[in-house]
Amino acid sequence: MKARTFRRHFRESFKSLGRNGWMTFASISSVTVTLLLVGVFFVIMMNLNSVATSIEKDVEIRVHIDIAANDKDKEVLKQQLEQIPKIESIVYSSKEQELKSLIDSFGEEGEAFKLVEQENPLNDVFVVKTKNPTDTVNVAGEIEELKHVASVKYGQGTVEPLFKFIKVSRNVGLILIVGLLFTAMFLISNTIKITILARRNEIEIMRLVGATNSFIRWPFFLEGLWLGIFGAIIPIAAVSTAYYYLFDILQQKLANNFIKLIEFNPFVYQLSAILLIMGAAIGIWGSLMSVRKFLKV
Amino acid sequence: MIEMQDVYKTYSNGVTAASGLTVKIDQGEFVYVVGPSGAGKSTFIKLMYREEKATKGMITVNGINLSTLKNSKVPLLRRNIGVVFQDFKLLPNITVYENVAFALEVIEEQPAAIKKKVMETLDLVGLKHKARMLPTELSGGEQQRVAIARSIVNSPKVVIADEPTGNLDPDTSWEIMNILAEINLRGTTIVMATHNKEVVNTITHRVIAIEGGKIVRDVQKGDYGYES
Repeated sequence: MKARTFRRHFRESFKSLGRNGWMTFASISSVTVTLLLVGVFFVIMMNLNSVATSIEKDVEIRVHIDIAANDKDKEVLKQQLEQIPKIESIVYSSKEQELKSLIDSFGEEGEAFKLVEQENPLNDVFVVKTKNPTDTVNVAGEIEELKHVASVKYGQGTVEPLFKFIKVSRNVGLILIVGLLFTAMFLISNTIKITILARRNEIEIMRLVGATNSFIRWPFFLEGLWLGIFGAIIPIAAVSTAYYYLFDILQQKLANNFIKLIEFNPFVYQLSAILLIMGAAIGIWGSLMSVRKFLKV
Repeated sequence: MIEMQDVYKTYSNGVTAASGLTVKIDQGEFVYVVGPSGAGKSTFIKLMYREEKATKGMITVNGINLSTLKNSKVPLLRRNIGVVFQDFKLLPNITVYENVAFALEVIEEQPAAIKKKVMETLDLVGLKHKARMLPTELSGGEQQRVAIARSIVNSPKVVIADEPTGNLDPDTSWEIMNILAEINLRGTTIVMATHNKEVVNTITHRVIAIEGGKIVRDVQKGDYGYES
């Protein structure tokens, strides 16, 4: 394509945005509203997901080693553990270390336990982490079968419903986002379709005087792109600003519960890019789909 | 120039609007296409600029075989055919000048050439002084002149007009006919579907009458042949 032609398409796309003022406004508004919803929802979902992930990461399997096991037995057990593919890391913690961290965790009152230092009742422990936290229960069961294992602890009874809850809420969130996106595409492409319907004459005349289909498409392609980009500006600004201020307020309140929100940078920039791309893609898609009808291709 | 051989057109709803059309129109001819409403005049004309595709038979326009013409090459055909309609089909929100220039812009003509050709053509149809007005500020006859200017600005070999005087009063119709005559004098073939008995009987040219999708009469210097 000649540079002059491209400049013409560029100019034309802006001109017709102005000419179809109200329809442009309607299209941009529908992009704005839906992207705002998507943006807000996305922020909530991503934060819930990040909280869920950090909770999941804290889950570990504590393999208590039989007191009767000697060093060689422990070495064999370790090798057996290493052969389970779902395991990510294995850390050995002797019973002395275990007692020390227990005492530390009680602070001042822990002093009382010092009496048992000579007769340490605790076991040596392998702290095992799985690659995928949801495998915890399975892996724990597998470990329990091994020799020289006294017992396995991973927060039985608490972990299972937690994982179930996280799984369900992730799926629900995903379904809602996908649903919202579909609604957005439908809404926006319909609005754009009406805009273009009003301009079927223009397309008809272009075809009559011998414009190629790609020549006809270009201005509409660009117009869809502008609609999407302009429509994304307000949602991006609103979501970024809101997150910036709410982050500080919420973070302080939630810190007590060990919940950490996703840091502003780079999360909000990534989100902005996603909204922008989504707006542009939906705009272009809606626009080209509508022109297609009149091109008889 | 324009040649049809045993051309059939059946629409998807089952209506047959052309059955066995065979005709030859030479370069520089002026042809009226007449016939009752719904007889197939519009289909006959639309087949020529490939707005409709023939179901069967062969059509050649300017040496291009329309039956084998790819969709993507249709624009190239259209650049050598000017089309004029009863309802003008002008873009209402751009000026007269821009409406005519539009036809050259979309085929990526040089800007300097566009200006020269548009002004010459507007001069030919007598609307140079109204170049900056909007179509809605013009009378019906003037709008049709703009549409004609747009159809010929690219110097096509053929101008196809579908009832160009259909929406105009008698006086204005004569103006339009004069312009078409002038274009024809320059060697451009003109094919004009019409219901205007007075025009056909006064300015005599070849008349092709279509009824039921068939050519029932084809005479040089013919008359309209129907009542009203």
